[in-house]
Amino acid sequence: MAEELEKVDAVIVGTGWAGGIAAAELTKAGHKVVALERGKAQSREDFIGAKDELKYSIRYHMMQDLSKDTVTTRSSRKDVARPVRNNSRARMGNDTGGASAHWNGVSFRWMPYDFEIYSKTVEKYGKDKIPKNSRIQDWGITYDEIEPYYDKYEKTTGVSAEENPIGPWRSDEYPNPRMKSTPSIDLFKKAGESLGYHPYHLPSGNMSEQYTNPDGETINACVYCAFCEEHGCDFGAKADPIVTVLETANKTGNFEIRNESTVTEVVHDGSKATGLKYIDNLTGKEYIQPADIVVLAGFVFTNNKLLLKSKIGEPYDPETETGVIGRNFTGHFSNISTYIGARGFFNDKKFNLAMGAGSLGATLDDFSGDNIDHSDLDFLHGYEIRYYHLGKRPIANNDVPEGTPAWGKEYKEKNLFYHNRNILVRAKVAFLPNRYTYLDLDPTYKDELGDPLLRVTVEYQEDDIKRAQHGVDTCEEIVKEMGADIIDRVDVDDNAEFDHMFYTNHFIGGAIMGEDPKTSAVNRYSQMWDMENLFVLGGSSFPHVSSHDPTETIGAFAYLSSEGMIDYLKGDGGLLIEPKEKKEA
Amino acid sequence: MAEDNKTNNSSEEGVDPTRRRFLKNTGIALGGVAGGSLLGGLLVGQSGKKEDSSSKESASEANYTEARMFFTRFEDFVILEQATERIYPEDDNGPGAIGLGVPYFIDKQLAGKWGVNAKDYRQGPFKESEPTADMSSLTRGELFILGLRKIDEESQKRFKETFAKIEAEQKDEILTDFADGNVDMKGIGSNKFFDLLRSATLEGAYSDPMYGGNRNMEGWKMKEFPGSVASYTDMIEEKEFIKMDPISLTDYQQKS
Repeated sequence: MAEELEKVDAVIVGTGWAGGIAAAELTKAGHKVVALERGKAQSREDFIGAKDELKYSIRYHMMQDLSKDTVTTRSSRKDVARPVRNNSRARMGNDTGGASAHWNGVSFRWMPYDFEIYSKTVEKYGKDKIPKNSRIQDWGITYDEIEPYYDKYEKTTGVSAEENPIGPWRSDEYPNPRMKSTPSIDLFKKAGESLGYHPYHLPSGNMSEQYTNPDGETINACVYCAFCEEHGCDFGAKADPIVTVLETANKTGNFEIRNESTVTEVVHDGSKATGLKYIDNLTGKEYIQPADIVVLAGFVFTNNKLLLKSKIGEPYDPETETGVIGRNFTGHFSNISTYIGARGFFNDKKFNLAMGAGSLGATLDDFSGDNIDHSDLDFLHGYEIRYYHLGKRPIANNDVPEGTPAWGKEYKEKNLFYHNRNILVRAKVAFLPNRYTYLDLDPTYKDELGDPLLRVTVEYQEDDIKRAQHGVDTCEEIVKEMGADIIDRVDVDDNAEFDHMFYTNHFIGGAIMGEDPKTSAVNRYSQMWDMENLFVLGGSSFPHVSSHDPTETIGAFAYLSSEGMIDYLKGDGGLLIEPKEKKEA
Repeated sequence: MAEDNKTNNSSEEGVDPTRRRFLKNTGIALGGVAGGSLLGGLLVGQSGKKEDSSSKESASEANYTEARMFFTRFEDFVILEQATERIYPEDDNGPGAIGLGVPYFIDKQLAGKWGVNAKDYRQGPFKESEPTADMSSLTRGELFILGLRKIDEESQKRFKETFAKIEAEQKDEILTDFADGNVDMKGIGSNKFFDLLRSATLEGAYSDPMYGGNRNMEGWKMKEFPGSVASYTDMIEEKEFIKMDPISLTDYQQKS
């Protein structure tokens, strides 16, 4: 029998950005909050001296232990899904701070087009422009309405940036100036400008200077040491939940993180959630933590699995297109959205590529969203073009020109020669949901507790391939303009299929927001339509993935949702916003 | 090479990656930061490095960390040595896999949790038609034993001699057939075994020397990778390439 603990105001699953922001806002408002974290306790002391590529980038020290829980995947609903067995295919976060502890820090706003993608597309091009299987839908909120929350997130995390020359309006300037530049970044920007595009520095969650946020938390200046991505920051110079929101929540005295606590179920009576059931990993003992509101702020897979296991909301069925839980799963998939573009090799230029930071680089938005006219294109949305100055660590980066043998004398020679002489310009491509991109429970494979693994089905459509190929063409144009001696396309095949990789951590959907409960699980406050005191935060609530990294949008919606939770706890219950159907009725 | 490389040995004029400059840059010196242990760690780690000049001497002293942990048969280990050396051979740039300690690196890795796929999902059924190493029902340790013995078997079959004793071209012929997936192997395609062997070889050449490979940081020196440098704040905007002596974690991390 599970032991029932003393009730608190709110219980949260997960301590990444979404859970951390909710914890900070609720505890500052005086509410008692417990966060249940499956992974171990982790603080900035864990990251000191952690410049170890093998341990962190190659053996995935900070990533989820897949022996306990993973997902299965398939690239067609006709296939049998197979489990993802190794972290080289899935870098889900673990431990305090979640994936937000080992993230790069790239901090983008999404575009006004994203939030009203269906209406704006129909308005400009007509309904017929939308591909047959596409399931794009409006989010039930506009950019103007979410803008103040973007601003709030940027101030909490000290985003260091220069303004996007063709970006959406902003109510205030960025809290910090942009990061430093480098010769290769300058070369990229110059090439972009001479082609008539609008390059600008990547907005960064690594600090350009020491910064104290409105909650009083200090983040140090980045020293460009290049052990950032997949690592925790050696110097407390990357905005992460540990140095910001979790610290803020801790200071209130109203907050407790319970590590090594694996949540197994949302306990509910059919109309309201009453708490969370979890297992203490160290003792195996089961507990129930009751609360007035329950917040799921785990990774997209965790949130969806908990909803399906707890039988909350109707599971999505792609054949009948009924149900909502699991629909519109999208993401930045490796072979179509992220690790594609063009690589330039320079025979007479050598760059200091060992230096860098997780979000150092430059980008341009000329092909993002609806910034290009799609009248004559056979896809919607677009891509961001990025040059990343991450710091080239030597195990992960061994690129040689195409045609070079993969091993032996010539390989070694070119591997050494080109290490500081090649750069990749990549297309970060939006992926739009279709009828056959969804999540459900696997019929065969089980986790360590004997529960079914989550199953991911992703069928690429023709328009996804075309969008990505267009991006590779643009990358090639830019690398050529940069003056590379050898240019290799990192291309997308006409018949490309989902490659079963979850490498970017930019995975989205399954419990999406909207105005109509028939096609959405939550409202703009991430409040479940079917269960008013259950809030499901994070990427799981976005109806599609934009071309840009999702973290800042996750942060913005966590702030909006936290405001909703505080109102909910003050009031007499009920939905914070009525569904559109009912309003019209 | 065309470029005019600037050297930097941490005491060079103009570029100062020392802790003093570093602390100033991060703002730590301004008293902005948090934990005493962060500050303490950096100071001890960095000053320890500066005062310690014994690291080069100790490298030439007896090394008690190179014995086989995982491989029980010397014969298997010799094949590993010969195969990794063909993948990453000694040349004018510097040592190959053997000189870098790569075979001992792989031996140590296989003796630990990587060798038994401890963090991987291992429940069946294993039904992939062409599994990569991580999707195979066999552990990495099992795959290495099978693969290395298969290499020797091919050598005996084709050249009536063990792999260690055949000519370089003959070794390459066999390894090419493995890389192309032309050799029948249990549990995994020979090309997937070769991928595993190749990536483990590069890991051994380029990981921090504490793991047993990249001996004396020769792998990093060849690749012009500076290792664990505390700060590049004053260097990152430089137009010219900056050559540096690499720093290992042994020198970088805090010591009591």
